Amino acid sequence: MGNEEAVFFSRVLTEMTLSFHIIYATIGVGIPLMIMMAQWVGIKKHDEHYILLARRWTRGYVITVAVGVVTGTAIGLQLSLLWPNFMELAGNVIALPLFMETFAFFFEAIFLGIYLYTWDRFENQKKHLLLLIPVALGASFSAIFITIVNAFMNAPQGFDIIDGHLVNIKPLLAMFNPAMPTKVAHVLVSAYMTSAFVLASIAAFRLLKGSNHIYHKKALFFTMKVGLIFTIATVIIGDFSGKYLAEYQPEKLAAAEWHFESEGKAPLILYGILEDGEVKYAFKIPFALSILAHGNPNSEVIGLNDFQKDETPPLYIHYLFDAMITIGMLMLVLSITYIVGLWKKWTYVRSKWYRLLIVIGGPLSILAIEAGWWLDEVGRQPWVLRGILKTKDAATSSGQVDTMLLLFAGLYIILGIGSNIVLSRMFRKNTIEQELADRELEEAGELY
Amino acid sequence: MTLEVIGISVLWLFLFGYIIVASIDFGAGFFNAYSLYRGKQHILTKIIQRYLSPVWEVTNVFLVFFFVGIVGFFPKTAYYYGTTLLVPVSIAIILLAIRGSYYAFTTYGGLKHKIYVFLYGVSGLFIPASLSIVITISEGGFVNMEQSGPILDYFKLFTSPLSWSIVVLSLTAVLYISAVFLTWYADHANDMDATELMRKYALIWAGPCILTAAGIIVEMHGHNYEHFTRLIQLWWLFAISLVLFIGTVILLWKRHRYGLAFGLLTGQFALAFFAYGISHYPYLLYTYLTIYDSFTNEAMATALIIAFIAGLALLIPSLILLLRLFLFNKEYVQGKQSNHP
Repeated sequence: MGNEEAVFFSRVLTEMTLSFHIIYATIGVGIPLMIMMAQWVGIKKHDEHYILLARRWTRGYVITVAVGVVTGTAIGLQLSLLWPNFMELAGNVIALPLFMETFAFFFEAIFLGIYLYTWDRFENQKKHLLLLIPVALGASFSAIFITIVNAFMNAPQGFDIIDGHLVNIKPLLAMFNPAMPTKVAHVLVSAYMTSAFVLASIAAFRLLKGSNHIYHKKALFFTMKVGLIFTIATVIIGDFSGKYLAEYQPEKLAAAEWHFESEGKAPLILYGILEDGEVKYAFKIPFALSILAHGNPNSEVIGLNDFQKDETPPLYIHYLFDAMITIGMLMLVLSITYIVGLWKKWTYVRSKWYRLLIVIGGPLSILAIEAGWWLDEVGRQPWVLRGILKTKDAATSSGQVDTMLLLFAGLYIILGIGSNIVLSRMFRKNTIEQELADRELEEAGELY
Repeated sequence: MTLEVIGISVLWLFLFGYIIVASIDFGAGFFNAYSLYRGKQHILTKIIQRYLSPVWEVTNVFLVFFFVGIVGFFPKTAYYYGTTLLVPVSIAIILLAIRGSYYAFTTYGGLKHKIYVFLYGVSGLFIPASLSIVITISEGGFVNMEQSGPILDYFKLFTSPLSWSIVVLSLTAVLYISAVFLTWYADHANDMDATELMRKYALIWAGPCILTAAGIIVEMHGHNYEHFTRLIQLWWLFAISLVLFIGTVILLWKRHRYGLAFGLLTGQFALAFFAYGISHYPYLLYTYLTIYDSFTNEAMATALIIAFIAGLALLIPSLILLLRLFLFNKEYVQGKQSNHP
């Protein structure tokens, strides 16, 4: 296998692993927070339904977390296996957050084990809830530390290269790079948002399937409310991300926006196609790109003409950008109309078609996460470490990457199908009606 | 002590932790599958569910900690080991995934089928076998430096008596460590049948384990003489280790104080593992890479060590809590409390 092939297959394998892992990782970051809030509300209001929400979500969460652990281990090792040159360099400068991530993960794993196997072990439910805090914190901090590494790849700093040697290394400066604040915030809130909508999607699905139980309605209201809050946060932080890009990675923004010439009063181009370098059938919002980039409708936005051709990312990332923000806006509208509709007692909120939209919203949110990460990774090309190391120079020289690609594809197919079967079986067999009846029997049994 | 030595000691300690906790996990899976095949499944399944289900993710983090730490402290290892280990480590990842999905799908998800128990059991033997290749490669002689980079010589690896001895040692050690631990755990749980069964397995695997371990030292004589002489210089550490081994076997034989027996076993493996590690010094990969020429810069090393100390301050109390709840809590161990969500 030539080096070009090794690079190609390494990219495909990394992309596949990350695309698969990010589903479970995103859910793994967001769901503990949802469980925590539901259990808290349940304890506060003495509402058995919210406690049950927490319990049932936990059961599902354990399964996604297990798959996340497995795929996370895979990507952790694959970084060294597929990109040894990158990791050698990165190890010198950005090893600190990677190392801290394992601690966060350690913390999460320990308390998840404890939380999971201590339901009903405490007289005081609040004590049990306390055990969940380190789980949620560990999950979120894992995301923070890993995203810091990714931010570093986009805006490397904290070292100098003199005669091919790394010198003056400052680990903290490398961690707190310019890309870090927006990226970390964006990853966190979008994970919370996605998790809320995935759970809302499940509740809506049950209601659509004919259950009219108050439990599902409470679940839907709760998750849509939380989803709305985090969607608003995601939109605001998304705007900051645009400003970060304009300042530090203008070529990524320009490629995502099909912004070819540097100019002021730049319009935002949505959708459309490229024909011989001409943008056609696109939807243009005047001044919007200048506002997104600098907060000023007149300011100049750097276009692709200011960069060398071999140092700009592929133009198809425009569609990834479109997909991400379109879904984000849809979810914003959906959650606002839900909350307002419920408040005003409008009937469409209970209609089948509206619930169907909420059901679709869950998978769509995950798709937005995928599009966002592809945009981030492909948008950084041809660099693996922007301005320092090109992707083609970072890959392994091993000749067996293609075989490994097949092996892992098989693994992810099995894990994906398996987790879906197990999760749907688990909740279909034990419906909420069934579980509530069982619990009543159990409690009655304890009385005698 | 130099930063290099502190770094490698920390990593070696965590690798040791992984070897012990993972061996318990791997061996338990194998015994479980074997007893299912022999029609005695109920004896072990419960114990595996009680102890392993809450802690398997923690076990996994020990491994992640080691490989993230080694790239952090010794970034050049990413280049040498990353390039050469693509295939064996990828296979290990797949096998680890099988184990993870067993917990996810069977223990948590309620999917019951004999084939999973079988896969879970067998993966427990293949993971140590595939990971032990890393130790073999580190002895040198299996990696060639070519124009494109380091290349692993598979033919040499698979025809080397040393690599097969190390594979066999990893298997016997896994079964022995696991059996001794489970004897104690079953006894702790007042499960007489399981205790007797596991005690029998422990005694069966004790002999092969110590024989293969001794065999490695002999193999080393032919493969890497420099390392062999350094091993012999540390004979006294191995001697104490052997005494602890004998102590464990006597306790098991007399059905006496299984907890102490497991303690002695931990000591035995710790001594042998560290003696091996010290004798390996200063090489990470024989002749190509030492801990000095692969070491990271001072700023990063200091930052990592500070992070490590801060991390330990969080980790140790949490680990103690975990063990108290699932290992030392008699009611839980004996199955009087069932608190699954």
